[in-house]
Amino acid sequence: MSPTPNMKAKLGKNVFKPGKEKHIIIRPGFEKDPRLKAALYVCPAGLYSENSKGEVELDIDGCLECGTCRIACGTEVLDWTYPVGGVGVQFRFG
Amino acid sequence: MVEKFEVIVVGAGLAGLSAAYALAREGFEVVVIERGDYPGAKNVTGGRLYTRPLQNYLPELWKEAPFERAVTNEIVTLISSGKSLTLRFRSDEFVRPPAHSYTVLRGTLDRWLSKKAEEKGAMLVTKNRVDDLLKKDGKVVGVLAGGEELGADVVIACDGALSLVAEKAGLKSPGTSHDYAVGFKEVIELSSQTIEDRFGLKGQEGAAQLFLGDLTKGRFGGGFLYTNRSSLSLGLVIRIKDLTEGNPLKEAPQFLDEFKERPEIAPLIAGGEMVEYSGHVISEAGFTGLIRPFADGLLVAGDAAGFSLNVGLTVRGMEFAIASGVLAAQAVKQAREKKDFSATSLSIYQTLLENSFVLKDLKTFQHAPVFLDNPRLFQHYPRMAGDLFQSLFTVGPEPKQKFSTTIREKVSWSEAWEILKDLRKGLKI
Repeated sequence: MSPTPNMKAKLGKNVFKPGKEKHIIIRPGFEKDPRLKAALYVCPAGLYSENSKGEVELDIDGCLECGTCRIACGTEVLDWTYPVGGVGVQFRFG
Repeated sequence: MVEKFEVIVVGAGLAGLSAAYALAREGFEVVVIERGDYPGAKNVTGGRLYTRPLQNYLPELWKEAPFERAVTNEIVTLISSGKSLTLRFRSDEFVRPPAHSYTVLRGTLDRWLSKKAEEKGAMLVTKNRVDDLLKKDGKVVGVLAGGEELGADVVIACDGALSLVAEKAGLKSPGTSHDYAVGFKEVIELSSQTIEDRFGLKGQEGAAQLFLGDLTKGRFGGGFLYTNRSSLSLGLVIRIKDLTEGNPLKEAPQFLDEFKERPEIAPLIAGGEMVEYSGHVISEAGFTGLIRPFADGLLVAGDAAGFSLNVGLTVRGMEFAIASGVLAAQAVKQAREKKDFSATSLSIYQTLLENSFVLKDLKTFQHAPVFLDNPRLFQHYPRMAGDLFQSLFTVGPEPKQKFSTTIREKVSWSEAWEILKDLRKGLKI
């Protein structure tokens, strides 16, 4: 299900420019890795969820690009870069 | 290589823009590469900027900067279940221009600073991500950005707390969840008048409020509330590791939702419109988390170099970013005079940092992270304060005890011993 309706409304206030590619990818084969479970709790946008098969999924729309999941889970399980130029969240207040 | 500049700055934040301003002023050919649509588009602060450390760093700029409010009221609130204890400090000293500290929104501040740097002749390229460093014989000689190779005598990495550029240079490894916290906040719009009324503020004066205790359920961190001109910045900072532990585990956004419902917060934000939700990681390691901020053809400034300092009552980063950006520019200038951009030549940056408040303050407060790494601070003490004041203020049906008896009851000998031990750690700060 990923972001709750409350969170979706919150993220909806942000200016967000969608891109063609996902800038954070759960590395194939690591969907059930215990290190990935941290993402369920640390993401301030609540973009990670666990499906019925026990796999962690990421819904990248709304990503704040904060880097918390990269630090919590590590780069062995997440292929993590910033979005390409001019894509992703554009903070107006910051 | 298609194009070559004297200096390439990665990231249009306060460090990068300050470096670009200082370099352009000296006639350097400098380009700032920013991945956002405009400077500030990817930048987040709590936030507040302390001005006094900046009196020797681009002082002409800060007099006219688009700050929000001058902070005259420092408020600290200890939160426990169903109770809170607030200390409010107000000082005229904080008002005298230039005011001691200002609340800040980066969307406004960073765009303004970029204009100033452009006026001095710096080039700004937005919507462009730096993908990699170009190296020749182990030396940094430029960047790869948006598929293009751009050459430079020196690259200054000002790409924020994660600094993927410093990682690519081999100066930094990905941070650990013990050393980093995540800050996340809402910007809530309210009229200036409403803000002044609710916080008891005179005109353009402002308040900065920190919260400690039950809101993080014993986890390292706390809450913050800053008054801007016509909005509030309300958020939490929690150590990443602590979010992955504890029973029950709780999702980060839930902490903020619960915080907003507290009676200490709800009336302050009532009727306000949430206009933005943002998040950012912050280094909490202080001095021990610093990296070597120079290499052949490369300097690192601001959050990218780990220049942030949390000592509980003050949380600082932006002044370090500005000062380190200016010092990086000075280092580049000295290196150019020698026509030598090797690590040995650029190491003058380290010396300049050591002689500035940047590394002096980080060193002075090097024990702060150890003191703050104490779960008692985040739950036990706020709770104890709440319980103690509950008893002191309560008039019940029974004859009231002497205050000294109440205090002795709340603070046992073993408790007093623990407090002394924690105080001893605190005195090292």
